[in-house]
Amino acid sequence: MLILHCPYCGVDADETELAAGGQAHIKRETVGSSDGDFEEYMFMRQNPRGVHFERWRHVNGCGKWFHAARCTTTLEVFGTYSAQTLRPPQDLLTHITGKRPGWSFSQWLETLS
Amino acid sequence: MSNAVSALQGKSFEGYVTVTEMGLRGMLTLRGDFGSTVLTRAVNEITHCDLPAVNTCTTRHDRGVAWMSPDELLILCPHGEADGDVAKLADALRDEHFLVANVSDARAAFQVKGEGAREVIAKLAPVDMSPEAFAQGHFRRTRLAQTPAAFWMPDTDTVELICFRSVADYVFDLLKRAGTEGAEVNFYR
Repeated sequence: MLILHCPYCGVDADETELAAGGQAHIKRETVGSSDGDFEEYMFMRQNPRGVHFERWRHVNGCGKWFHAARCTTTLEVFGTYSAQTLRPPQDLLTHITGKRPGWSFSQWLETLS
Repeated sequence: MSNAVSALQGKSFEGYVTVTEMGLRGMLTLRGDFGSTVLTRAVNEITHCDLPAVNTCTTRHDRGVAWMSPDELLILCPHGEADGDVAKLADALRDEHFLVANVSDARAAFQVKGEGAREVIAKLAPVDMSPEAFAQGHFRRTRLAQTPAAFWMPDTDTVELICFRSVADYVFDLLKRAGTEGAEVNFYR
């Protein structure tokens, strides 16, 4: 069972307390963007093999949204962090690179575009 | 005005624990900035309790405050005084960014009493209910089977829990089944 540490209430919540919010760190297209860009934002999500960043909500708990970094092949959880950020914290990125040598956040962003 | 009645009107069940619907209870939702001294003082004046730490609640006589999320508190008070307390809080916080609402009649409250109270909750919620992990003063928002609920322990043998009024029957049945004579596991004894 997936267990994520909620950075807001500090509870190690199992997945029955959580709601998945899909891929994290996507840029919201809004008024003025092209139809193509908006379609991309609205409907298209990546499903990379390996390290992935997701949004989760502690729905049966404190109710807050947060971010989680985990591996889609081994289901290993690297860490969770606040929703009020555009980028994962540096210590988490260093931790992931330590576990998956050669991996980098900029590379992850590139595979998504 | 019509008579206020609680969801199950005090229904109770006797198994290896006693499950009782606690009747009418005042509950307020207060959202705001916990760092604000105005808010801290207003809450203290209404409840005579300090602001609770993360995942805890503070209670005093028939009033209390529980930590619901980083910007939300649950205030417990006598049912008849809820509207008055909302007005008092709204007045004290008028210069702050806040929200206060009387949610008393949207909720139901239960008490599970007996040596096996921890076990009854442990069967229904994904929470470590061992005495080391969940003590008096702790407060946990979680789920009971399929529905959201929150609970705390006023003393070592009692769990008080709240849920939405619309699922009061469901929650009562859950507690009843988990607390039926013969269903005890004695895990925490």
